Amino acid sequence: MSPAKPRNNPRDGADGPGVHDVGGLDFGPIDRTEHDPALWEKRVDAMLNLLVSPRKAAFKLDAHRRVIEAYRAQDYDRTEYYEKWVRSIRNLVVEQGIVSRAEVDARVAEVAAQIEATGRRVAPGRVPWDKP
Amino acid sequence: MTRSADPRMEQRFKIGDRVRVDGRGSLGHCRTPSYLRGQTGTVVGVHGVFRDPEVLAYNRPGYPARVLYKVRFAQSEVWKRYAGAAVDQIEVDVYENWLLPAPVRTSAKPRAARKGS
Repeated sequence: MSPAKPRNNPRDGADGPGVHDVGGLDFGPIDRTEHDPALWEKRVDAMLNLLVSPRKAAFKLDAHRRVIEAYRAQDYDRTEYYEKWVRSIRNLVVEQGIVSRAEVDARVAEVAAQIEATGRRVAPGRVPWDKP
Repeated sequence: MTRSADPRMEQRFKIGDRVRVDGRGSLGHCRTPSYLRGQTGTVVGVHGVFRDPEVLAYNRPGYPARVLYKVRFAQSEVWKRYAGAAVDQIEVDVYENWLLPAPVRTSAKPRAARKGS
């Protein structure tokens, strides 16, 4: 079964502005195929749990949902579950002043360079910052 | 997330009450699905009092806390072209600040009576 790809814009006529709020709209069949979580997905899951834990309390889980639900429709539809988490975590640690955009970008470049040094290819960045 | 019940919190509705979901729009994080806005249902459960997710979403403490209800709706009223059985229902958790009192349905004339279903 191919993943559900909206043919037109099923959100037309929806009352709510939320990109996630698509109950009852025609998005085609649900892709019910399962997969074992990849290592990066487990790490993202762990990272979120640590950040929202009472000891860290970097931000609230509801804030995580706010950021995910603020995705533009195209980005929301073409990204996977944990891709949405990664972007949200990154944006929230910046929003909360824990790290800066520049620090995130510098670290991403550093890690990419380490990976490339081993001869592996680094996928081009797919998670642009929102326009301020 | 969860806070134990705040004794000062007054519960506006009780089980069996007819309620209408407010039709207003929303910004930010909101847990009231758009397909329910303006729909009328019946309170079938009271989950307790929880800090407001719409406010928590901006990393604020989440007060005033809100009573969270389980509300039951008729599928045939929620969906215009519902193809399932007329008795089918959907239950959704809705916070009190999204609910308005609705008139009691008279058993003689259901408001959503639709020919041929």
